Amino acid sequence: MILGSINPAVLLAALMVAATPILLAAIGELVVEKSGVLNLGVEGMMIMGACVGFIVAVNTGSPFIGFVGAALGGMALSLLFALLTQALMTNQVASGLALTLFGLGLTALLGQRYVGITPPRTPKLDLGLLSDIPFLGRALFTHDIVVYLTIALVGAVWWFLKYSRAGMILRAVGENHDAAHALGYHVKRVRVLAIMFGGACAGLGGAYLSLIRVPQWTEGMTVGAGWIALALVVFASWRPWRAMAGAYLFGGVVVLQLNLQAAGVRIPVEYLSMSPYLITILVLVIISSGKGRSLNAPGSLNKPFHASS
Amino acid sequence: MIRLEKRKEPSKLWRIANPFLAVALTMLAGGIMFAMLGKDPFVAIRLIFFDPIFSETFASYSRPQLLIKSAPLILIAVGLAIGFKANVWNIGAEGQYIMGALFGAGVALAFFPAPGWYIFPLMVLAGAFGGFLWAMIPAILKTRFNTNEILVSLLLVYVAERILAAMALGLMRNPDQPGFPGSRDLRRYEAAYNSELIANTGMHWGVVAAIIAVIFAYVMMTRHMLGFHIQLAGQAPRAARFGGVSPARLVIICLGISGALAGLAGMFEVSGPGGQVRIEFASGYGFTAIIVAFLGRLHPIGIVLAGLLLGLTYIGGELSQMMLQLPGAAIQVFQGMLLFFLLALDFQTNYRIRLTQGAHA
Repeated sequence: MILGSINPAVLLAALMVAATPILLAAIGELVVEKSGVLNLGVEGMMIMGACVGFIVAVNTGSPFIGFVGAALGGMALSLLFALLTQALMTNQVASGLALTLFGLGLTALLGQRYVGITPPRTPKLDLGLLSDIPFLGRALFTHDIVVYLTIALVGAVWWFLKYSRAGMILRAVGENHDAAHALGYHVKRVRVLAIMFGGACAGLGGAYLSLIRVPQWTEGMTVGAGWIALALVVFASWRPWRAMAGAYLFGGVVVLQLNLQAAGVRIPVEYLSMSPYLITILVLVIISSGKGRSLNAPGSLNKPFHASS
Repeated sequence: MIRLEKRKEPSKLWRIANPFLAVALTMLAGGIMFAMLGKDPFVAIRLIFFDPIFSETFASYSRPQLLIKSAPLILIAVGLAIGFKANVWNIGAEGQYIMGALFGAGVALAFFPAPGWYIFPLMVLAGAFGGFLWAMIPAILKTRFNTNEILVSLLLVYVAERILAAMALGLMRNPDQPGFPGSRDLRRYEAAYNSELIANTGMHWGVVAAIIAVIFAYVMMTRHMLGFHIQLAGQAPRAARFGGVSPARLVIICLGISGALAGLAGMFEVSGPGGQVRIEFASGYGFTAIIVAFLGRLHPIGIVLAGLLLGLTYIGGELSQMMLQLPGAAIQVFQGMLLFFLLALDFQTNYRIRLTQGAHA
């Protein structure tokens, strides 16, 4: 029995690692969409983070500085999107696509001399006794710090959106920008900040791929992770904890699929490796076919705002 | 104080001027980028935009390439533009392109080595059908389950790429050369070969199809009721619904047309310039066509010009790779910048910059 050769604790551990990059990108995009902006450039910002993070980490020898660079790289690209959509009032869908196409090209250029290099290792967090717990220790407490910080970030975003004053303003801007404007909130300022946060998160997610999960730099290495993160936000109905559940579910599919490949199942690798995309589509269908308004999309999502007076 | 004021009507002048301005700005920014890469910017720009057509040394090779590279771009972009006008965002043309190629090549490989005049027309039908079928997945999911067509059509690109790899390594692999991935070379199978119609021009059936598609799209968008409905649905969805335009029908039509055209493009490529089903067959035409559609202002004639220009950048990119050792990715950056500049400039179409005195908000 092939499935017998798969150790569930190792599987669970690998699942958390596989889920982390898309969870990071998704939680950032969730905040962006909550402010009423649809940024389809997640894939572009992710690959930017993967590339910049890798270059910085290799040159400084520090994965930590690499992650900082990745966040800044993703943020820089997102500022371009903010400039286009918020100041120059361009179509958000087209601008997001442009961001992705541009990001893929730019990183292929930037990363050219870094193909085939191994980045500095990110140490695993030493959790002492915790990681000695049978089964759970192996599955939950043997990771690098980014995995735990990502979970903390999900919690922080949840708290921010639900309980903080700034979070409520952000939601107001996203639900009805005209009303928020009339109340005196700075719609554009809020949105630009949200877009920057989304860019930084996507950049971190990309760097997690190139510095920890793979770890290597190859052209176009995100292979759709950014798009899956976008789908995840819809799946989560714009709720942070559900985004995390979705990311872990997705991570499970990826890891299971990889394990089946390794176990030598008699299905060609190409068919197994399309399963994450197919499952994402399937989940999107199930969520969006739900009756009525349960979708919970922010009211002003993808609508341009221009103060007329 | 600088203030943006919305124009009552989009400016016609800027609409037409902006693509040209965007190209000029891209050349400028691209020149700076080339200089940063340590290459002479003037030589590089000339090599990309001028030499493929006019240089005596290169033109004999690259002039025919212009039609070969531009035809698929135009064919795909014409279809995409129809959808974009109606706010139906098919961004998975790359996947439909791959499926069209696989369906077309599948027919050819099934008939191999039989001769017959009917084989090529059957491949054309199969190619269009393959792209159509692949586009129907997001279309039906959108109309039945209200699933976002942007995400589904894009995710299906990755699925199509995996199917392509599986076919090149498995079902469609050339049985006479089992050591190599990839199918039989269709250029060596006369009944299936999409050959040059006029020697040394690059003119093949795909170019003919692109011309027909442009005329067809032009007539449909300007003279036919369907074209009117599409424009109406894009600009005033509520009014369109009151006017009896079915949104679901439009989604099916827009995705169907663009899918079929992308499939055709893939089929003409695999049976001609591409030659065989290979893992690296997909070359990003489906994504570049999005830029072509926007640069051409979603108008069939504009798309022809934009398609020729971006086709030129492909050839010029190869040329500069060869002559200046410029990285291949530079041309991708170039194309991305073009779209950015165009989008950025377009604010002038819809808004007017006013300098006002004082800070009365």
